[in-house]
Amino acid sequence: MSGILAVLEQRDSRLHKMSLEALAAAQQLGDELGLPVFAAVLGAEPEGLSGYRIEKLHVIEHDLLHRYTPDGYAIALKQVIEKHRPEYVLFPHTYQVRDFAPKLATSFGRVLVSDVVSHRVENGALILVRQLFQGKINVDVQFAGAGPCFASIQAGAFRAGALQAGSAPVEKFTPDLSASQIRTKPLELFRESDRAVDLSAAEIIVSVGRGIREAENIPVVQQLADALHAELAASRPICDNGWLPMERQVGSSGQTVAPKMYVAVGISGAIQHLVGMKGSKTIVAINKDPEAPIFEVADYGIVGDLFQVVPALIEALK
Amino acid sequence: MKIVVAIKQVPARDSLLKVNSAGTWIEDADLSWEINEPDAYALEAGLQLKERQGGEVVVLCAGPDRASQTIREALAKGADRAIHIESDESGISDPLHLAGIMAKALEPEKPDLVLTGLQSEDFGFGQTGVILAEVMGLPHATIIMNVEAEGSGIRVKRELEDGWFQNVEMPLPALLTIQSGATKLRYATLMGIKKAKTKEVKKLAAADLGGATSSVEVLRIYMPEKTKKSQIFDGPPKEAAAQLVEKLRHEARVI
Repeated sequence: MSGILAVLEQRDSRLHKMSLEALAAAQQLGDELGLPVFAAVLGAEPEGLSGYRIEKLHVIEHDLLHRYTPDGYAIALKQVIEKHRPEYVLFPHTYQVRDFAPKLATSFGRVLVSDVVSHRVENGALILVRQLFQGKINVDVQFAGAGPCFASIQAGAFRAGALQAGSAPVEKFTPDLSASQIRTKPLELFRESDRAVDLSAAEIIVSVGRGIREAENIPVVQQLADALHAELAASRPICDNGWLPMERQVGSSGQTVAPKMYVAVGISGAIQHLVGMKGSKTIVAINKDPEAPIFEVADYGIVGDLFQVVPALIEALK
Repeated sequence: MKIVVAIKQVPARDSLLKVNSAGTWIEDADLSWEINEPDAYALEAGLQLKERQGGEVVVLCAGPDRASQTIREALAKGADRAIHIESDESGISDPLHLAGIMAKALEPEKPDLVLTGLQSEDFGFGQTGVILAEVMGLPHATIIMNVEAEGSGIRVKRELEDGWFQNVEMPLPALLTIQSGATKLRYATLMGIKKAKTKEVKKLAAADLGGATSSVEVLRIYMPEKTKKSQIFDGPPKEAAAQLVEKLRHEARVI
């Protein structure tokens, strides 16, 4: 084959929202590197791919792939990659990809470059950019040695809106899989909270992070939310501590939001939080650390002690 | 149950980080160090399992001399013994290389369960655990919130996106990568600290353990260039607040 293979994710025949971004990444890299673009999806053929420019869409079907398992997916994809020999294999950086892609890369003696935020091509070589220290520092990496190059793409690094239209002829593939190779038994998916709060419907969100220090201090941020007629949300550690319910969590394991305005109070801006809110139209950050990654995405920011800034803001809003 | 917990020592959470002049790593001579937070949760999960099922918890740590501190803290919390892979490599190491070394170090151990944090707070590859499982030939599951023994195997609760979870039944031996935040972390007791001083720490040299050569080359590290034009107000709180409200009303027009 030679080319770029985008491995897309679906559940119940619906594509994961990041899958289209991974496909856009494959198309863009394909144009820049002069390589054809292929896609693969495991399980059933999903809706929504037929109008995009893909050389071939490999639909990988098997009874043992109805439920996701890392063994099933890694073994099946290994066979597809060995058969078609793509130079690059791209994934969206989803929870599922984090579970099986490193296993797949290892089976080829390769390392997956995970959670890529951007890229460039220099002298024909692909350079990928990752983040270190929870988003504080960037690193440029490139692939070395022979073998397929595996990379997973962070949410929002590429835009599904940039997808090129075309046709996507389907080719079905049945991998060689036996039940004894699948060592884990996945059970039903479930949710724990009832989602009484729909943060995605809020026009303004005021979100609180570790900078608040104690549960007793949260009311001051609630007052700011009230003054702005906003919903209150939080980064993960606040919910883990039980200071706010899980349903108010914004981030990769909670809700993804894109309100008119997102006010991040005492939130450093670790990657897992940013991917849940960086699409917000206006972002305001209040943090005492001028180097906090949240300021990378903020439109407006106040560097200062939130315990002084938040009351001052409530006053100024009156 | 023999449980191995892989831990890493990383720069303290609120460290001020500066890239070194060569752009190869951060300047780490004056930093404070602590256990990688997800690994602390992995250790807690291991200790809780030991309390319920009996057995031993062995801590595995690759790092330079200063990592001894973090190893002793783990022993003080209740781990029974430790393996310290002494490695002077500064900068970004390859998770495939590291997993190979760890697997070699664990060969004589034959653990029932290997626990790692889901990712490290410095490199953040989030892969060493999964790679280790593949190298050791163990079934695995990632981003685990809860582990329970069930029959001859285990039942784990896996975190997914958007508030979803999934339970998975697995045989032993197995490897799990543990998510932060599911339980409260214990503190070391004075008795624990005292006992830790005499617990066994086996030292191995990384160079003796082999490991794969890298398939990824690090070119340089750097502070991210700002792509967004942010307006930062850093005057006294009252002034900054007034300026911000002005902008939000008349420039951004969101209030």
